[in-house]
Amino acid sequence: MTETLASAPAGTGTLAAPRWTAVCDYDDLQPERGVCALVGDRQVAIFRTYEGALYALSGHDPFSGANVLAWGIVGTRAGLPTVASPMYKQVFDLTTGRCLDDPAVSVPTFRVRRAGGRVEVAES
Amino acid sequence: MTSRLVVVGHGPAAHRLVEALRERDSAGRWRITVVGEEPRTAYDRVALTSYLTDGADLGYPPHDESVTVRTGERVTAIDRAAGVVRTDAGATLPYDALVLATGSVPFVPPVPGAENAFVYRTIDDLDALRAAVATSGDLTMSRRAAGVVVGGGLLGLEAARALQGLGLDTHVVEVAPWLMPRQLDEGGGAMLRRHIEALGMTVHTGVGLDRVEPGAVRLAGDVVIDAGVVVFSAGIRPRDDLARAAGLPVGERGGVVVDDACRTEDPRVFAIGECALVGGMVYGLVGPCFTMAEVVADRLLGGEARFTGADLSTQLKLMGVDVASFGDPSADALDVIYTDPVAGIYKRLVVSDDAQTLLGGVLVGDASSYPTLRAYVGAKLPGTPEQALFGGTEAAGGALPGATVICSCNNVTAGTIRAAIAEDGLTDVPAVKACTRAGTGCGSCVPLVKKILDAELTAAGVEVSKALCEHFDHSRAELFDIVRVRGITTFSQLIAEHGHGRGCDICKPVVASILASLGNGHILDGEQAGLQDTNDRFLANMQKNGTYSVVPRIPGGEITPEKLIVIGEVAREFGLYTKITGGQRIDLFGARVEQLPEIWKRLIDAGFESGHAYGKALRTVKSCVGSTWCRYGVQDSVALAIRLELRYRGLRAPHKIKSAVSGCARECAEAQSKDFGVIATERGWNLYVAGNGGMRPRHADLFAQDLDEDTLVRYIDRFLMFYIRTADRLQRTASWLENLEGGLDYLREVIVEDRLGICAELDAAMERHVAGYSDEWRAILEDPEKLRRFVSFVNAPGMPDPSIVFEPERDQIKPAMVEVTR
Repeated sequence: MTETLASAPAGTGTLAAPRWTAVCDYDDLQPERGVCALVGDRQVAIFRTYEGALYALSGHDPFSGANVLAWGIVGTRAGLPTVASPMYKQVFDLTTGRCLDDPAVSVPTFRVRRAGGRVEVAES
Repeated sequence: MTSRLVVVGHGPAAHRLVEALRERDSAGRWRITVVGEEPRTAYDRVALTSYLTDGADLGYPPHDESVTVRTGERVTAIDRAAGVVRTDAGATLPYDALVLATGSVPFVPPVPGAENAFVYRTIDDLDALRAAVATSGDLTMSRRAAGVVVGGGLLGLEAARALQGLGLDTHVVEVAPWLMPRQLDEGGGAMLRRHIEALGMTVHTGVGLDRVEPGAVRLAGDVVIDAGVVVFSAGIRPRDDLARAAGLPVGERGGVVVDDACRTEDPRVFAIGECALVGGMVYGLVGPCFTMAEVVADRLLGGEARFTGADLSTQLKLMGVDVASFGDPSADALDVIYTDPVAGIYKRLVVSDDAQTLLGGVLVGDASSYPTLRAYVGAKLPGTPEQALFGGTEAAGGALPGATVICSCNNVTAGTIRAAIAEDGLTDVPAVKACTRAGTGCGSCVPLVKKILDAELTAAGVEVSKALCEHFDHSRAELFDIVRVRGITTFSQLIAEHGHGRGCDICKPVVASILASLGNGHILDGEQAGLQDTNDRFLANMQKNGTYSVVPRIPGGEITPEKLIVIGEVAREFGLYTKITGGQRIDLFGARVEQLPEIWKRLIDAGFESGHAYGKALRTVKSCVGSTWCRYGVQDSVALAIRLELRYRGLRAPHKIKSAVSGCARECAEAQSKDFGVIATERGWNLYVAGNGGMRPRHADLFAQDLDEDTLVRYIDRFLMFYIRTADRLQRTASWLENLEGGLDYLREVIVEDRLGICAELDAAMERHVAGYSDEWRAILEDPEKLRRFVSFVNAPGMPDPSIVFEPERDQIKPAMVEVTR
C-alpha cells in the first residue's frame, strides 16, 4: 500500500510513473453515485462529485470488512467531499481517505484521472 | 528497548491483561511470557456449566504470536532479588515486571470425608465429576442416583444445575437461612427457592454439613441424604502461597495485598483477579477482575489508572430464573416490596427515608428493570418508588444519572458524554460520536445521545438547533412543507435555494423520502438515485458481508402453495438462506448485487412484487386467520389486512410503518404493537395508533371504536399522511405521538373533526399515492439504464465480488466473515 497521496488531477507529474488502468467511460459515472472497479485484485471505489471532480478510495470498508464503500452516500462535511459507509455510516474524506468520525482509521486512496472520455485509475 | 513481563496463571484475568497490553502497546515495549498450570490456555470459567451440559468450547481466542504461553507448567518460586521465577519444568524466567494471576481454590470445609468430595472450578474438575457421575449411576441401579451440592450461592446453584443436567436427583445445602445470602434478602431467597424446587431440586437451608460418608452425606441434626456425588461450592480462597513464600504481604484471610494500582509492596510485582486483596476486598466476580487487568495494562505502559472498588451489582439467569441485586440491598432505610407468588416475582427497592433516593434492591423472577434501576442507585428517583418498581424509570436524557451506560457496545456513560460535550465544546452528534465512541457500535443509542446533547446545550444556554444537519437549518417537517408548497422536485434545487454544501447521509435520505412521499417517480430516477440510503440504493437489504436480502410482498401473510413453491425454487436455484420474518413473509438472504434483477425477474413472473422491506415505508399488515376459519373470529381480518396492505404499499414515510389486523379481541395478530392496528369487534373495527415493538415497546392507543370499514380507512389515510408531513427524521409514530403537543386528543381533533382544515388535502394526497403506485422492481427490470447499475464491478459487469464467501450451517449458507482488523 504505497499509494497514499490524494488523487491527482489529470496531467500531474509524479516521481515514479504510475501505471494507469482504464476502468469505464466518464459518462458511466453519475454525479454523487459511486461505482466499484476491479484493478488487479484491488477493489476501488470511484466517485464523481457534483462539480465533476473524480476521487478513488479502496472499496473495502475497514469497519465492517465488506467491500461496500462505493455504495455510500456522497456529500460534503465542512466543505470537504465525503462518502459515508453504507454499512455503519462512518464518513470518509474523499481527498485523503481519512475517517472523519474516527481519526485513527483511514482507507487507501488511488490516483484517478479523466483521459479523453475514459476514467483511469493508477494501480498502487 | 523491550522489557520482559511474566504472568503467573492463565485464567480470565491473565488473558484480559495480555490482550489489553497487546492492544495498547503499539511500540512493543513488553515481551510477554505467561505460565499456566492447567493443560490448556485460558477459557471462560463463568460458563463452566455449559461445558458440562452442552459440551461448549469455552476457550478464549489465542493471543498473537508474540506472546509465549507455557501451559501445563507451574511456577514454584519467585526470586525477587534475582528478578526471576522458577518453574516445575526446571525453567528460570527473568522478569522486569511480574503479575500474579493465580486465582483461587474452592474452599473445602474441614469435615470428615471431605477428601471424597468434588469441587467445581476447572475443566479438569468437571471431567472428574462427569466420570464419577457415570460410575455412581452404575452403582445405584435400583433407583435414580442423587448428588449434593454444598453451598447455595451463585457458584453452588450453577453446580446444582450441572448435576441436574447430568441426570442426578439434586440437593442443595446452604448453611445460611436462605439461598444466595450474599446477594439476596430473605424474601428474594425464598422466592428463588420456590423456583428451584419447582425445577425438581431439594433445598436444605439453615443447616450445616456434618460429614461425607461413602454413598451418603450427613447433615447436622442427623439428616442423611443418600448420594453418590458431593460437590463443594462454598466459597473461594485466594491462592497467595507464591507471594507468601516470596515475603510479600498477604491478608489475614488470604489474598496478596496490593494498592489501587494493583501493585504489591515490591514495585515490580503486581497481583490481579481472585488472588489479589485490593482495598481490603477479594473479588470473585469476573467484572472487577477484568478491571484490575486493565489497570495493570495501563500501569505497565506508564499510565495512572487506579482500581477504585467495584459495583457488585449482579444480574444473572439462574436455571431460567432472573435474579438481580444492585446497590446496597441491606441498607437500613425504607423498603418497598412487591411479591407475586403466582408469577414467582419478588421485587424490593431500598430507598432513603424521604423515599426520594434509591439505595439498592433485589429482583427475582423479573429483572427487566435492572439496567435503569442500577443506574439510579445513589440518585433521586424520577417518580415514586412504586413507579420505579413497575415501570422501570423512563427518563429523559437530561435526567439520567452520570453512571448510566448509554452505549453498551463501547461502555460509554452519560457522564462521559456530558463531560466531552462541555470540555470539547461539542455541538452535534457526529462530534460526540467521534470524541466518545458512543453510538459507533450498533447505533441503537444514538437517539439517547442526541437527547443528552440537546439537554446539555439547552442547559448551557446554547439554542438547540432543530437543524437536520450542517446542510439544512430546517427540521424535516419544515423541509417537507418547503418541498410541498414550492413544488420542488430535485435535491439540487432544494439545497441551492434553502441549504449549504452538497448534503450528507443524514439529509439526502430525508429529502429522498420527502420527494417519494410526494410522488416524484421512481426512487432511482436521475438525481434521486444518489440520495437513497443503503437499502433503497439497490432496493434490497444490505447484510453484514455486503450481500443483500430479498423480501417479496405477501399481503396479509396469505399465500398460495404455488407461490410458496416459487419462493422455494428461487431460493434453491440462487443458493439463498431463507427465514420466515416476524411480518408473515419470507426473507431470502445472500444475494449478490448482480443477482438481484435475475431473482426479481423470477418472482415478478410468478406474480410477486416488491415488499419494500428495504424502505422507510409500509412493511406488512399482519393478520390472524379471522372469521373465515377461526371458531372465535368475528370479522374477516385477512381480507381487511390485504386491503390495507395493498392500499398503503410503497408509501414512503419518515420511518418504517408496521400494521396488523386481528379478527377478534383475542388479538392474535398483535395489532396493539403496531404503528396502526385494527381489532375486530361485534359491531365493526377498533383502530389503535402509535404502537411499537422493538427497542422501546409501546402499547398502541385506542383511537376510535366500532368503525365501519370506510371510516376506518379514511382515518388511517389521514393518520399516515399527517404523520408523514410532521414527523422528524427516523421518528416512528410512537415517539411522534408522544412528542405531539396535545397528544391523542389533539390527533383526534385533527383527523376526526378536521380542526386544522387539512383533511381534504390529506385525503387527496393519499388518493394520489394509491393511484400512482407501481411496483418499483418491475420498473427496474423494464429500464436498461437502471438495470446496468446492478453490478459489483463497473469494469467486469458479470463478475461477483470474490471476497463474498459463505459457509454451511444447519443445511443453509451463512456469511463466512474474515476478522475485521483496523
